[in-house]
Amino acid sequence: MRARNIILLGLVILLAVAPLWLKKNSEFGGADDRAEQAITQVHPGYKPWFSSLWEPPSGEVETFLFAVQAAVGAGFIGYYLGYSKARKKVLEEMEKTAAPTEISKS
Amino acid sequence: MFLLRLPDMCKRVLLTAVLLGVFLYYPVTAYAMHIMEGFLPLKWCILWGIATLPFLLLGINSINRTTRRHPQVKMLLGLAGAFTFVLSALKIPSVTGSCSHPTGVGLGTVLFGPTAMTVLGMIVLLFQAILLAHGGITTLGANTFSMAVVGPFTAYLVYKLCTKLRAPAWLGVFSAAALGDLLTYVTTSFQLALAFPAEVGGFTASLVKFMGIFAVTQLPLAISEGLLTVIVFNLLTVHNRKELEELTVIASGDISSKGAGLQ
Repeated sequence: MRARNIILLGLVILLAVAPLWLKKNSEFGGADDRAEQAITQVHPGYKPWFSSLWEPPSGEVETFLFAVQAAVGAGFIGYYLGYSKARKKVLEEMEKTAAPTEISKS
Repeated sequence: MFLLRLPDMCKRVLLTAVLLGVFLYYPVTAYAMHIMEGFLPLKWCILWGIATLPFLLLGINSINRTTRRHPQVKMLLGLAGAFTFVLSALKIPSVTGSCSHPTGVGLGTVLFGPTAMTVLGMIVLLFQAILLAHGGITTLGANTFSMAVVGPFTAYLVYKLCTKLRAPAWLGVFSAAALGDLLTYVTTSFQLALAFPAEVGGFTASLVKFMGIFAVTQLPLAISEGLLTVIVFNLLTVHNRKELEELTVIASGDISSKGAGLQ
């Protein structure tokens, strides 16, 4: 299963990296400006009637916050999977020492 | 059906190759993410908010019920939330020459059902609206409806259908996550087209335009999300079998025979 997951992960990386050289001259920008353009193209007079309560003061701060979001989530996922893996191992070993005959039968 | 008989790897590679081929020839430059703050007229904000509300209440109910019945799956619920949290933060380059991010609601839907993900999805959207100026408070209802109602329900139906057709678990999980992701952005296109019908061509013309922006960029990301969801699901079937059986994600004893890529 490990090999399989590594291959899957490789595919994900490929899917993310391939566009970078397939569309070399693109900007790879974020949503806000272009989606705005699309709307104002369809409805030239439209003015957004509400703006964000707080905006990250710069692109760097925004990137930082996105990185924090990803790191916190990934940290928890890693913690939980590691915890589960170790717990399973410990439980299996406890079973082995407690009832060795039962294990050998199955 | 013959596709089902090919070795797993072949199918994955084939699917990726075919879809990648399609994207390469798509010339649109577009950006795709949630609807920005202030970019939905008030009446639509209210309407989508009202439409989301019942799912939210059902979701809170569903989470309460699940955690009361199986207190030991709380951590797993955290995992589902964390997965959405991570994937929502990953803006990945797409073959249209712009970036978008996956939603990550498929995993939680498979584990806890669709309405539970309405709650978790909304929390993530709220976080991003307040701290990252991504999406918005006024558009929270509409964005929750697309990402945390339509997305999970699509994933749920697809997963159930795959289970019914006795497709391998990995295929069910993959399709559920990928289509849930894709339909989220199709819904976003619908929402924008409804609010902004074109002067010429009306709703349909707008829909085509917004689909070009939101849905096409999302295609490769939907595949990525499907693959990532399968990876985590694979790990869970190995290390957290007990919890999965308790949640009847897969019937007890079923995992080893149909397991996601385990055979």
